[in-house]
Amino acid sequence: MSVLRIAKPVYDAIRAHGEETYPHECCGALLGRGAADGWRIEAAVKAGNTRTDSPKNRYQIAPGELVKIEREARSRGLSIAGFYHSHPDHPAQWSATDFAEAHWLGCSYVITAVAEGSAAVTNSFLLAGTTEEDKRYEQETIEVFATSEAASESLTAPTESKKA
Amino acid sequence: MTIYIPTPLRPYAAGKDAVDVNAGTVSGALDELTQTFPDLRKHLFTAEGKLRAFVNVYLNDEDIRYLPEKDATAVSAGDTLSIVPSIAGGCQVSDRMNSFLWLTRFPTLSPERRRKGRARSW
Repeated sequence: MSVLRIAKPVYDAIRAHGEETYPHECCGALLGRGAADGWRIEAAVKAGNTRTDSPKNRYQIAPGELVKIEREARSRGLSIAGFYHSHPDHPAQWSATDFAEAHWLGCSYVITAVAEGSAAVTNSFLLAGTTEEDKRYEQETIEVFATSEAASESLTAPTESKKA
Repeated sequence: MTIYIPTPLRPYAAGKDAVDVNAGTVSGALDELTQTFPDLRKHLFTAEGKLRAFVNVYLNDEDIRYLPEKDATAVSAGDTLSIVPSIAGGCQVSDRMNSFLWLTRFPTLSPERRRKGRARSW
């Protein structure tokens, strides 16, 4: 089982993001560095949910916003290591929709269940495999590590959001 | 010009996050990229040679699908091409599975809230 190591301020911030957007889904990108047994997440970037038609049970990040996020990651010497989103009043388990729409092989997909407005379980799933045909989700162990960075610096402001 | 390689495709581009190519158009740039790194081709294109539906290609800040000349658009040395797989999803397990998981994960919820949860259609 791979391990997702995530800085505590980032972990706290992505869970808080799910509470902020409740009852709608939140979403964003995780920035980090690769290690032999998984990603080490050092920052996260909030993204706008472009699924304004069904924000309670769908999320989508505009590709133009992803271009900007990737640019920010490069400028910080980091890579897009994965993504996070929330499941309002729903378990922190990947859904058929999550799987069908997952294309970032080798990256981590973090899901936080938000129960009646409060962040509950947070799980991470590595999108394993080498192609669209053999991809699969594998649950990861989450390890939260302490950092001296201020929490407010770990979750950057949302970049420009576009409607799909 | 520079082509930025997304995280999932770097293993097929010798681990590089950016590749410099010398091409006149977007399609020419992608051709040069996949000639240099042939393993990338199946990840970017279908068997018919079309860009896969979930693969977005941006010339600087513009989606090439919305450019008048699409992948025939001319490029210059200072341009960048970003390859960005799409990202989307959402909660939608079956109602039966949802009821089971919901009750086991959040047993402290009030009976009224549980009923509300079961009644909702995801």
